[in-house]
Amino acid sequence: MSLSERLGQFLAPALLIVAIGLLGTTVSAGTRTEFTGVLVNVTIVIALYVFIGNSGVISFGQISFVALGAFAAGVMTISAAVKPTVLPELFPFLADHSISSFESLLLAAGLGALFALIVGAPLMRLSGLAAGIATFAVLEITHNVLRFWEKIGPGAKSLALIPETTGLFEAVLGALFAAAVAFLYQHSRPGRLLRASREDPEAARAIGVNIHLQRLLAFMVSGGLAGLAGGLLVHQIGSITTEQVYLELTFLTLAMLVVGGVGSLWGAVVGGALVSFLDVYLAKAEQGMSVGPASVNLPGGTSLLILGVLMAAILILRPSGITRGREVTLRISRLRWWSRGDRRASAEGAFGGDGPMSGSGASSPERRSRN
Amino acid sequence: MNVLQTLIDGVALGTVYALVAIGLALIFGVMRLINFAHGELITAAGYTLVVARDLPVAVAILLAIAVAVALAWLMERVAFRRLRNVAPATTLVATFAVAFALEAVWLIAFGVRGESADVLSSLNQTAISGEITVRWVTITMLGVGGLLLAGTVLLLNRTGIGLQMRAAASDFRAARLLGVKADSVISIAFLISGVLAAAVAILLTAQQPLVTPTFGLEVTILALVGIVVGGMDRLPSATLGGFAIGFVTSVLGVVLPSNERVFLPSAVFLFVIIVLLLRPAGLFAPRRAGAVERV
Repeated sequence: MSLSERLGQFLAPALLIVAIGLLGTTVSAGTRTEFTGVLVNVTIVIALYVFIGNSGVISFGQISFVALGAFAAGVMTISAAVKPTVLPELFPFLADHSISSFESLLLAAGLGALFALIVGAPLMRLSGLAAGIATFAVLEITHNVLRFWEKIGPGAKSLALIPETTGLFEAVLGALFAAAVAFLYQHSRPGRLLRASREDPEAARAIGVNIHLQRLLAFMVSGGLAGLAGGLLVHQIGSITTEQVYLELTFLTLAMLVVGGVGSLWGAVVGGALVSFLDVYLAKAEQGMSVGPASVNLPGGTSLLILGVLMAAILILRPSGITRGREVTLRISRLRWWSRGDRRASAEGAFGGDGPMSGSGASSPERRSRN
Repeated sequence: MNVLQTLIDGVALGTVYALVAIGLALIFGVMRLINFAHGELITAAGYTLVVARDLPVAVAILLAIAVAVALAWLMERVAFRRLRNVAPATTLVATFAVAFALEAVWLIAFGVRGESADVLSSLNQTAISGEITVRWVTITMLGVGGLLLAGTVLLLNRTGIGLQMRAAASDFRAARLLGVKADSVISIAFLISGVLAAAVAILLTAQQPLVTPTFGLEVTILALVGIVVGGMDRLPSATLGGFAIGFVTSVLGVVLPSNERVFLPSAVFLFVIIVLLLRPAGLFAPRRAGAVERV
């Protein structure tokens, strides 16, 4: 695969993110906030994809890193003047310092990666169901500690007064950054080794792949991106409680990844964007929304119901997601005048379905077990 | 605080969790599926009791059982049957999705604050007073729980279908080759899990009548922890694990001071991780190669 083809593969998700951003500039300020939220969700889903998609191991724990990033960025950016009043129990070194929003994003990403390293070192030896249960346990512990340990955060109360610095532009940059990291990782040597271990662990081990190490690396990259996404999230909404980064967000973001297709970056971005928009408008309809002359007013909980059914249906009918876990390559060469003679490119069309990983055994973890 | 009192309450709650655990372990045994949605069967039965609270008690109980069994059958028929050949982690995500969808149904139908199902609240009266206080509900928990556990054991060990289920649990493919009908065995496992779920809902609402949308989910997550710690590969170890988690939670809830009690979930889940890493086959399983893949 040539360099231009590789870049073409990054182009599709990147253009989709930019398109959502551009579309967001044309709408009212209220709707723009929702577009920003969609892009933050996309960032979280990309973080999930880096680990789950590349390793084929399920994790219910990535939202722990989002939570850690969100609370770290939130606590550290509240002005030091008001901290003693809103968070009286805080450790002195947390209470005395405040950092800028940008620094807090770096901190969130760093803490996410560090926490993922600590947790992942023992846990990445587990596969299958055991990995699912153990990562779920991590989510429960993180939630429990954040909720009740008031020396490091607000506890069960809402953490408010956080500077709202994640606008549409920052969210686009964040999502693009996450997509670029995910893309570079999956084309790097470690990324390919991990994908090999996903397709056939025994064969991968036979050629010398240290599966534990490769999974741990992906877990760290994913944890770092998840922490960053948490930072973006907290600066977008300005206040946060532990319940906002717990089971429901875990379910929502997993649904996004599954609906889009676990096996590709394109799937993660498409699923994240589609399901987020669906969620936004269903939530609006729950509040009462006018569609033309009629007004829709759905009961609370409808969005969860529809998403749950949609996720189960996709898993049953099309387990590799709506993108079938494939990357889309926008062939840059087609756009240049000198490539007109490139028969192969024109035969496959501008949208070639074949990524490097979309061969027969490609994509999702589900596929493998069918053999 | 009386030691005997604490122990009796612990055993009663342990019995209820053992019922949840055996329901989960039955399904896991025959189809390698960890059913997150099992809790929704409990919630469904709970809300049936809410709706039927003005009917005669016996009718309400029968209705609750019928609803849980019907929902269990429907779940298997519509969703899980089609997922039989995919990786266990995928089905885990699917049961997660079913659980959320059903939880949303409860939210839409009954609201977030919860409804009272005081069908059996008369059981809350004291049966034995004096040195220790035992309420009727504790006796009922022990009695009904014990009966159902014994019934399940008898069904598995003394009937033809029980034999088929045990065969399917130990080696599903071999059992099919020998003529065990996979569909019927799995359906029956789901039906039994529905009955057990209804029993749990009835016992829990007798103790504390408030039914919320997450009523069953919380119990199920804890029982899930129990079967993982006990050893989910075998029915006895899984049931014992469920009992242990219920007992320990109940006793620690009394023993620990309240400002430390809030971190109890952390301790419990940390214990789960440690068991998964060190004794992946479970604490109560015989020492041999675990069922858990490792890298």
